[in-house]
Amino acid sequence: MKKMATGNQAAALAVKEADVELVAAYPITPQTEVVETIASLVEMNKMKASYIRVESEHSAMAACIGASASGARAFTATSSHGLLYMHEMIHWAAGARLPIVMANINRAVGPAWNIWAEHTDSLSQRDTGWLQNYAATVQEVYDTVLMSFKLAEKVYLPAMVCLDGFILSHAIQPLDVTAPGDFLPPIDMPHALDTKNPMSYGNLTGPNDYFKFRRAMQDAMKKADREARSIEKEFAERFGRKYAPVMEYKTSGADTVIVGMGTLAREAEVAVDSLRKDGLKVGSIRVRQFRPFPKLDLEGKKVIVIDRDCSFGAGGILAQEIRFHNDVPICNIIAGIGGQDISHDTIAKLVRKAKPQGEFWLGVDV
Amino acid sequence: MIEIRFHSRGGQGGVTASKLLAQAAFLEGKYGTAFPLYGAERRGAPVTSFTRISDREIKISSQVYNPDIVVVLDDSIMDLVDVTVGLKDGGLLLVNTHHDEKLKDPKFKKFRVARVNVTDIALAEGLVLSGNPILNTPILGALAKLGVVKLDSAVKAIEDMFSDDRNVKAAKAAYKKVVV
Repeated sequence: MKKMATGNQAAALAVKEADVELVAAYPITPQTEVVETIASLVEMNKMKASYIRVESEHSAMAACIGASASGARAFTATSSHGLLYMHEMIHWAAGARLPIVMANINRAVGPAWNIWAEHTDSLSQRDTGWLQNYAATVQEVYDTVLMSFKLAEKVYLPAMVCLDGFILSHAIQPLDVTAPGDFLPPIDMPHALDTKNPMSYGNLTGPNDYFKFRRAMQDAMKKADREARSIEKEFAERFGRKYAPVMEYKTSGADTVIVGMGTLAREAEVAVDSLRKDGLKVGSIRVRQFRPFPKLDLEGKKVIVIDRDCSFGAGGILAQEIRFHNDVPICNIIAGIGGQDISHDTIAKLVRKAKPQGEFWLGVDV
Repeated sequence: MIEIRFHSRGGQGGVTASKLLAQAAFLEGKYGTAFPLYGAERRGAPVTSFTRISDREIKISSQVYNPDIVVVLDDSIMDLVDVTVGLKDGGLLLVNTHHDEKLKDPKFKKFRVARVNVTDIALAEGLVLSGNPILNTPILGALAKLGVVKLDSAVKAIEDMFSDDRNVKAAKAAYKKVVV
């Protein structure tokens, strides 16, 4: 069934369809509508989950950890400062190998105070052991939440679904609310707490053993890269919507590619169309899956990476990740941070003027 | 693709109006999208919101700079910002006002100017929240009269979102009262 929904509502509706058993959340703009919608569904008995209104984001993740450790399917949503406030528990959820799913509505971090879209909040959590995907449409938010539960429960790592604050969280677009049927089997967690078979977790683990747990996380990330492909394949067969770790657009025969994440990378496709009309061989690559990070096909191409984020002292975080896997010169444009509007016209202009490499801030250097 | 920009103040229903319009277009089998540009998220603060309507999927999510239509829900905003900035020549300017003279400015000559007093319509129907008349549903009726969407789909979009039938009555009243 198709209807109009916001990115926030899409996340909430996917959580409902996923038969999530526990939602613990503390509201923060602009994700409030996610938990508001879930709370309302629970209140109207349209969803059977336990809904816990906690006193902070740190407690929200702690409650999800408790529920997930008992083998329940758990979800929370947050944004920006809320995400950063739960940072300690974010590490814990991954280390405890709990398949929690969280929606993060990407938003800048203060000061200067700013509530608008930026990716630095979730990218600063890249080393925590969470799977990360960045959506660009309302439909993709819905689909990615469903696929994230399946993937998280296969590899026992938590998953973050990221969407641009306001630009996507508050935008309404057509949404196909597909019932997933048996796409999501009941959660099966061998390490779930069980009173009939008592075990202890989180004990002091010495230097001779700790690294084994960490190595297992790294192996699980590698496994996740393979499992995600088969989940995407199954999803496409069942529901007709195709996803990949990177969404390529007109890259065949392109000598220049624009790389980005989230809504701006989808808008870049409009820039590609206008540049192609002028005879320029440009394509675009939208990185959906950030953790585990995929290898991009960039050989022999001029690469323009647009980062809606910055790691101070290093530059764009997406550009860094690409450099780690691809030995190519990169023209790194820092644009769209703190909600700075970046239109397809602007992207097309940036591509026309792009230098072979270096770091350039929109509004400062270009 | 048709691009519409709404100017309103927080609490008047400008954001909901932009969504209702996208919903009405969706009901006509088109691709609709709408999103707000919040400043300070509080009542009374100027708010801009956007709607895009197309026969094809819309990939653009940046702000609207060259609208085909500008809708102003609060004429006092016209004293603060140039609401017609970027409006295409021959584009439609729809203003909720009871001041005729505000629209007689020569700078509006190159646009198709329409006015309607949806504040009075909302008050007459008792559509008031926290003391403020709610203008989202009547303004949709005015936009239907101006041919942006069909009245039937406007009514259906309103019914999908609101159960109170005064909203539909207000939309139909505005449909009749809009003046070009």
